[in-house]
Amino acid sequence: MSEAATPESSSAAGGRASAVPTATGRIARRFRDLAAAGELGLVAYITAGDPSLDATEKIVLAAAGAGADIIELGVPFSDPVADGPTIQRASDRALRAGTTLAGVIDVVRRVRSRSQVPLILFSYFNPILQMGLDQFADAAAAAGADGVLATDLTIEEAGGYRGVMHARGLDTIFLAAPTSTDERLARIAEFSSGFLYLISRTGVTGTRDALPEDLPALARRVRRLTKLPLAVGFGISSPSHVSVLGGIADAAVVGSALVAEIEKAASAEDAANNVAERVRILKRAAREGVSRRSSEPA
Amino acid sequence: MSSTVVPVDSVVPDTRGRYGPYGGRYVPETLMAPLEELERVYADASADPAFHAQLDTLLHDFAGRPTPLQFAARLTEHLGGARIYIKREDLLHTGAHKINNCLGQGLLAVRMGKKRVIAETGAGQHGVATATVAALLGLSCTVYMGTEDMERQRLNVNRMRLLGSEVIGVDSGSRTLKDAINEAMRDWVTNVRTSHYLLGSVLGAHPYPQIVRDFHKIIGEEAREQILAREKRLPDFLFACVGGGSNAIGLFNAFLGDATVKMVGVEAGGRGKSLGEHAARLATARGFSGARPGVLQGTYTYVLQTADGQIATTHSVSAGLDYPAIGPEHAWLADLGRAEYTAVTNEEAIDAAKTLARIEGIIPALESAHAVAELIRRAPKMRKSEIVILNLSGRGDKDMETLSRYV
Repeated sequence: MSEAATPESSSAAGGRASAVPTATGRIARRFRDLAAAGELGLVAYITAGDPSLDATEKIVLAAAGAGADIIELGVPFSDPVADGPTIQRASDRALRAGTTLAGVIDVVRRVRSRSQVPLILFSYFNPILQMGLDQFADAAAAAGADGVLATDLTIEEAGGYRGVMHARGLDTIFLAAPTSTDERLARIAEFSSGFLYLISRTGVTGTRDALPEDLPALARRVRRLTKLPLAVGFGISSPSHVSVLGGIADAAVVGSALVAEIEKAASAEDAANNVAERVRILKRAAREGVSRRSSEPA
Repeated sequence: MSSTVVPVDSVVPDTRGRYGPYGGRYVPETLMAPLEELERVYADASADPAFHAQLDTLLHDFAGRPTPLQFAARLTEHLGGARIYIKREDLLHTGAHKINNCLGQGLLAVRMGKKRVIAETGAGQHGVATATVAALLGLSCTVYMGTEDMERQRLNVNRMRLLGSEVIGVDSGSRTLKDAINEAMRDWVTNVRTSHYLLGSVLGAHPYPQIVRDFHKIIGEEAREQILAREKRLPDFLFACVGGGSNAIGLFNAFLGDATVKMVGVEAGGRGKSLGEHAARLATARGFSGARPGVLQGTYTYVLQTADGQIATTHSVSAGLDYPAIGPEHAWLADLGRAEYTAVTNEEAIDAAKTLARIEGIIPALESAHAVAELIRRAPKMRKSEIVILNLSGRGDKDMETLSRYV
């Protein structure tokens, strides 16, 4: 009765010390470049396969061309408990179009043949587990992915996973939350490479009017515990949000606002154009943010 | 709680919430803090005699414990085999075993200072029990329910609203229990600082499978004492239906250390054996397809899913069994061979409900009718000296609309 992979099964030992694999990788290099330029990074999340994988390829290339610093390719899942309605609907559309994890990895390969933009696979854990951790890591690394984020994988369950991903040079990005204790934040940072993804508020993904008031204090708390670049996501949609984040974080993650552009578009071309336009506006805010450090050239 | 019979010093789960390889914690990071808080508060409450005294009083005075263990004379005679006893959880206040867990977790919510509880419900029995306990303890309550289930369990929707709870229909996925849990988790992750998620089965991230089991293990503790008093020996078989598996674990737990007691969990065989037509996760010996270990809604267990790891839709006439995963402790008991899991069809369950109604004067919930059906299948082949206990987890009032189509 136990033919399937267990979360712990893997060729790499869970506890083995693995150096952060990609200090020279695309993600680390991008953050170094951003820091040198004194510029807030923009991470763009797109649900892969919405409305088709061909469309996703076009949209990702358009977003990268418009200035997105890192792309998160969302792997659609039937039960996205961390996502709000916009990404739930996108996942439904992608699954109805027949999207699989293998198909999303193939989009990574196609994008990589034309762009050096850092690419992260953003998935719930079960599709990865069913493919098999080793097979997934081999395929993702071979396709040219740079990192992996599993939404519902806590660090407690990630020992084997982390070793397997790092052994292939894939960064492991974990979520930090406003409810995380300092002790957990420190351990999450230890498990993370590339950057730390800080959830801005308690809740699911989706656009909100304002940033939470306690976000600056939260970001400062995290900063004290890690030297990793800090990306802030959940509820970030407008240029004003991005502008404010300039003084707080190293990157802003924008997801639902871009996915909503895709939902509204009449064609893949329109979707790519609309996403690119939105990325350009957000990236301008990231470059010219009101609260960029004073040392930044005007 | 009864303290004279403690047959098993249960070693599961381990400190990481694992039952063998199953269980664990697979949640967005935001939920780790409340899970750790719940674990801490539960450990504290477990060691507090005042907590047990308060819970025992509520179980006795409010819920109506202990429930009888009834000798089913006419059913025994009708089937012509084993001596059949029925554990009458259907007689509890609100009509099912679910109230045991709701009282326990309700008190934990108060202990944590949470003023609001969130629940999912399939058949509506857990939702009604949560709404009831919320009213009793002065908590506000929101219950998520799939719109398909709201349709087929309309009576329970009205009961929850009458009790002052908000019932929110969930229109995503298969519009059943799984989707209600997704939505409850989204509410919880948003209102995590003020709300307790009162999960209704032995599912979800650690410590839920353990806490829910512990609040239901009184079923087996009572049954064990009752059968020993009545028959001066242990039963040969236990039967219980298994959706998430809370009533089954509640009965089985007290007998786990009794090697001669065999345990049968009965899943929903629905209307066919291919993926999407049933909710049988462990009854693979009967040819049901699609279940493999995987991660769903916080726990690693057997899950009905596609080859790509997408969670499958399920079907059962019984809303409470219509769910693609099974509690991690059941997955472990199945792997160990300690419990056997089987499934019966919609039709067999409905026939069993009719039989129990006409022969014993008890209208069972459609969930419990699945266990009755397996009993009806097996009891005639058993010796007259053999003894079985059936857990009648709930009553069938809520299912009258469905049942009336078959009268």
